[in-house]
Formats: sequence, structure tokens, C-alpha cells
Amino acid sequence: MAGRDERPGNTGSRGSRLLGCVALASLVVLGVLAFFLTGPDVRLHPTTGEEFGQFDAVRMLYLHVPMAVLMYASFMLCAAASVGVLVKRTPWWDVMAHSTAEVGTVLCGLVLVTGSIWGRPVWNTWWEWGDVRLMTTLVLFLLFAGYLALRRTTTDPRRQERKAAVVALVAVLDIPLVNRSVAWWENRTLHQRSTLEELKIQDLTLFTLMFGFLTFGLVVWWLTLQRFRVGWLERAAIDHAVGSAIAERRSETSADELDAAIGVTDEQAGEASP
Amino acid sequence: MADRYRDGVPVVELRGAVALLGTFPALAGVDLTVESGEVVLLRGPNGAGKTTLLRLCAGLVRPESGSVEVLGHDLVRERRSVRRRVALLGHATGLYDDLTVTQNVYFWARAAGLTAVEATGRVTAALLRMGLSERLLGQPVHTLSAGQRRRASLAALVVRRPELWLLDEPHAGLDQSGRDVVDALVGDAVAAGATVLVSSHELERVAGLGPRVVTISGGLVVDDTGRDDGGGHGV
Amino acid sequence: MSEVRRFLADARMVAARDLRIEFRSRVVVGQVVPFALLVLVLFGFALDADHRTLRTFASGLFWVAVLLSALLAVHRSAALEQSDGTMDALRMSGLPPAALFIGKATAVFVQLVLLEVVLLGGLLVLYGVQVVDPALLVVAGLLAGVAVAAAGTLYGALASGLGVRETLLPILLLPVLAPVLIGATRAFDDALGAVAVDGWAWTGLLAVAALIATVVGALAHGVLIED
Repeated sequence: MAGRDERPGNTGSRGSRLLGCVALASLVVLGVLAFFLTGPDVRLHPTTGEEFGQFDAVRMLYLHVPMAVLMYASFMLCAAASVGVLVKRTPWWDVMAHSTAEVGTVLCGLVLVTGSIWGRPVWNTWWEWGDVRLMTTLVLFLLFAGYLALRRTTTDPRRQERKAAVVALVAVLDIPLVNRSVAWWENRTLHQRSTLEELKIQDLTLFTLMFGFLTFGLVVWWLTLQRFRVGWLERAAIDHAVGSAIAERRSETSADELDAAIGVTDEQAGEASP
Repeated sequence: MADRYRDGVPVVELRGAVALLGTFPALAGVDLTVESGEVVLLRGPNGAGKTTLLRLCAGLVRPESGSVEVLGHDLVRERRSVRRRVALLGHATGLYDDLTVTQNVYFWARAAGLTAVEATGRVTAALLRMGLSERLLGQPVHTLSAGQRRRASLAALVVRRPELWLLDEPHAGLDQSGRDVVDALVGDAVAAGATVLVSSHELERVAGLGPRVVTISGGLVVDDTGRDDGGGHGV
Repeated sequence: MSEVRRFLADARMVAARDLRIEFRSRVVVGQVVPFALLVLVLFGFALDADHRTLRTFASGLFWVAVLLSALLAVHRSAALEQSDGTMDALRMSGLPPAALFIGKATAVFVQLVLLEVVLLGGLLVLYGVQVVDPALLVVAGLLAGVAVAAAGTLYGALASGLGVRETLLPILLLPVLAPVLIGATRAFDDALGAVAVDGWAWTGLLAVAALIATVVGALAHGVLIED
């Protein structure tokens, strides 16, 4: 995973390019499946015979649900990597934590947006205060926005990797509390107990949803891989800069060694305080 | 106090110590050994790395590579057990502006692990010895002059009776009597068996106290003279 | 056992020092508390001059005012260790970071309780609320105070030293305190008789939040002040 390519400064490798192409193709296929091949969610009421359901809005769930699951997976990885930073203090874990947090935050934003678009026709509102998952996701987004803001405050990530790890862990620990507090807040969640149970799952619908998980799994894998390699190269660049700065400082000294030593002696023997 | 660690173990032992300020290598690989009871004068131009060297010995700067042992302990892994026995006088005073002089020094005495009785006994004595008049002791620190603060800052270190003194430009901002107080303090510390590393531009003042002069330039030790064992040049 | 006593003595010493500094400088009493009252008055201007509206939202407005003021108090607490090399001196003192954390959080807690008392007076006088369940009010107020003080001290230590603490502290701290805001508001809704909810259940949530913030803060403080 370290991505030490033959050519420096490159985040690609044959494997990751293939992965990227497969992920891209899957996204196209998923789009076709979700928006054209599957049918809208239309159910008939057993007694009155009226049509009800989510109609075309259900198509958004093929994107929304896999993204939400992978978002949580990313943040869990970030928490695990943050533990790694605190325990092992090696750059690998830190770059991993940063990468997964960034990918997770992007997914979190997309989950909020797709959920909001889906909620407009189905719940008849863009935003629902008091919905447990919605509010939890929003706070999660804000927590990790803060995490990424912290990470932006320095150009030298080594100076704050352990601080960032603490912030990530506090954010993840806070999530159950947020979830509980919103759950008790108002007992009027709009989210289905499980979207999957309520929908009339047909073969193609189920396949599309499963394909959605697969697709976003690949996309997230590819994104994290790329982001990790960028982070790793940034680290390598800093290490390289530090290494050459040390060499430069050493050579500077040996050349001027005698002059400096004598110069200082003269200057300081002469006057009290320069 | 020197008997608290094993005889023969150097008080400070740096091997190939590299220290960064951000990404700038303030120290580019320093080798330095200081034996118990020595007084070492560090000199060098501005930006040579004197302050960073002292902060490294205090465990406030983490070495990027190389090893740092102080009082027989590895400073990366065991710095907490070492720091209490080390005093660093830096450019800042480490005093709380809104507390009085006595409150400040008493707090630092207690923070360093002294009992209330010990601290009470030592604080006023240390402050008076630093040449602060009794009238000043109840004043908030923000009403003091820079020189008076520096004296109070030194008193907060004296009460701890450190085994290793790291003094960064101790004469800066002090008047003649203040400089004499610092010199007397170094003399007392040496007499009590402590070790002193002092960086100073004022060569002749401190040179009177100890024979060893270490010159730093460009983050390296470029000259090391006056060692008793003749162990010579540190590069 | 003497280890524990030593730890508590260290924490008490730090708390006493921070409170002594506050007593001498009066930053919280002279600036933060008036700010909190000002927020209450501003809510009055912004919402309605109608007592009924204000009473309905009193507990929420109270806790928003507490959180905003807590940011200032936490910032002040962290700034003490930024003045003239005091953080280096603390590192050199060998004081256990956990004791330092508990001490500083305790001092912030005491100041927050003072703030809550004054704000509660403001609610009674300005908004005309009535206290239905004083015990619930006190317990919820204290537990939420612990949670805010502990989380605030943790993030204050984290944000200080980065040179951007004024702007970074709120966006790090406020989302973490979201459950505390919800829980404390609901508990106060019950205690003030505004909404029929089970305030004691919410107090349980506040207790969990306070416990987590204190334990995590004590464990993490060494990491935050050393690196």
C-alpha cells in the first residue's frame, strides 16, 4: 500500500489504474441500473388498491445507502488508524487516518445531500430536525470538518499527528452519544427501520443495491489508495527536504568552521553584548 | 546531589543529536558529553543552535535522530523522571502575570514536588537571595520590571535544587547586581555538586567560572576546549 | 494510596492557582458573565418581547448562552499556559498531565457554575420562568458543567499552541458538545416545567457525557501538551 513507485512523484500504479477503471465502469453500470433498468417503487394498498410508495425517489437509495455504509466504514478505519498513531507513532498510521477521514468526510457530505434530495419527495421536506440518523450524520460531518480543519493548520503533519488522533477518537466516541441524544429527543424518526425491509425487494432491485455496495466499495478503495499515496509522497517530500537541509547545514558549517569560530571569538571578546 | 546518580555516568550525553524547529535543522548532529560537576560555556553566533541544544537537554525538543541521555536517562522515553531534576532558564520567565511573586515561586516549588513545609521554607529565602526586596514579594508579577521578573524566575528554579542547570543567556536584561547574582548562583550550584550548561555572549564573565568552552556553529559543535580529560574536539 | 492523595493534591493546587488568577484578574466575572447576560438580552430582542415565547425556549437559550460563554472561559484558561513560557515550565515541573487536566477543568467548572447561577437569575428575572424541579435543575446543571469544562479543557489544550486557537476552538468543541446541549436543554425543559419530558433520563445522558469527557481528557492531556 505504501505506493513506492519506480517514478517519484506518481500516485499511480498498474493495479490502482485498473482498480480506478473498474470503479468508474461500475459507477456507469450502477447509474444505468439505478436510473433506467430498475422500476420505480410503486405498491398497491392491499384493501383500497391505491398506489403508494417512493416512486422514482427510491432510485436515490441505490447511491445513498451504500455511501452511508462506506462512510461509517471509513470513519471506523480512521479511528483504528488513530489508535495506531497513538500506540505506534509511525507515519503510515497517520497518513492512513488522514486519508480515511478525508474520504469519509466527502462521503458524509454526499450522504447528507443525497438524503436531502431523496427526502424532499418522500418526506416532503429537505431537512428533518429530530431524525436520528440525519442529525447524527450532520454532527459527524461537523466533527470531521473540525478534524480536517485541525489538520490544515500546519504544513508539517508530524507536529500534530497525535493531537489529530485524539480529535478523531473523541469524534468517534461522541457518535453514540449524539445518536442516543437525538433518538430520545423526539420519538418521531422518519427513517424507516430499515429501508431494505420496507421496500418490495425484487431480484433486480436487490441486485442493484448489492451492486451499489460493490461499486462504492471500489470507489472508496481507489480514493483512499490515491489519497494515501499523496499523503505518503507529502511525507517523503518533507523528509527529503529535512534531509537535504541537515546536509546543507552540516556542509555550511565545515566550510566556515574556522572562520565562524574565530569570528565569534573576536566579536565576543571585544564587546559585551552584540 | 551528585550522588543521586551513578558515578561515572555523564550528566549529559548527546550522540549525533539532530533537532528540528519545524523543518529547519537547528541541530545537525551534535556530539557532546558533560561530566558531573562541570561548568560548560556554550557560545556561537545567533542561530547556531545554542537555545535548541539547551531545550533538547531539557526534553522540551524531541530529537529527530541520535540519542539524548540526561542524568543517565533516555530523554525520549523517560523524560518525565528527568525533568524535575533539571532547571532551564530560557528567554521566557515562566511566571503568571496576575499572581504575586511569592505565589508564583510557591506554585512552582509545589509543582516540582516539594511539600508545603519545604516550599514555605525555601521560597522567601530564594527570592531574597535573588536580590528581590521584601516589598516586591507581594506584588503581582506584571508590575515588575524585566530584570526583577528574571530574578523571580531564577528563584523559582533555585527552590527545586536542580542537579543540572541549563541557563540560556542568563545575563540578558540584568543590571550589574543581577549579573553578580547569577554568577553567585552558578558558583553555589557547582559547590553543591550540580552541573551547569550556560550559553552566553559574555565570554569573560562566565569563563571565570569554568574552564570548558564549547563553540557551536551551524547546528554542530565546532570547537571544544578546556576539557579536563583532554578529550578535545567534538566534531 | 499516597499516590492518589498526591495526585489530588496536585490537581487541587492547579485548580486553586487558576481560581486565584481569576480572582485577581476578574476576566470571567468581569467579562464572560456579562457577555452571557448580554446573549440572554439579545435573544429577548431577537425573538419577541413576549414572556410566553421566551419561557418556551428559555432552557435552550440558557444552554446556548452557556456554551458560547464557555468558549471564552476555556480560551482564557488555555491562554494562562501560553503566557511567557509557563507551558514549558509546567512540562519541566514534572507535574502529571492528568493532574494538570483535572485541576484546570475543575477551575473552569467552578467558573461555569458561577456563570450558570447568574444566567439562571437572568432567566427568572428577564424571561419570567419558574423552577418546578429544583433538584433536577441543580443535578443537570452540575453534570452538564462537568462535561463542558472537561471537553473544553481538553480542546483548549489541543488548540493552544497551534497559533489559531481563537478560530479552531469553536469548530472543534461545539460539535462534540452537541449531545450535552440537547441533554441539558431537555433536562431544563423538565425542571422549568416547559415541556413534559423525563428530565432525569436526560441527566443520565449528561452523566455519561461528563464521565467520558473527564476520563478521555485526563488520559489524552499528556499527548496534547507534550507534542
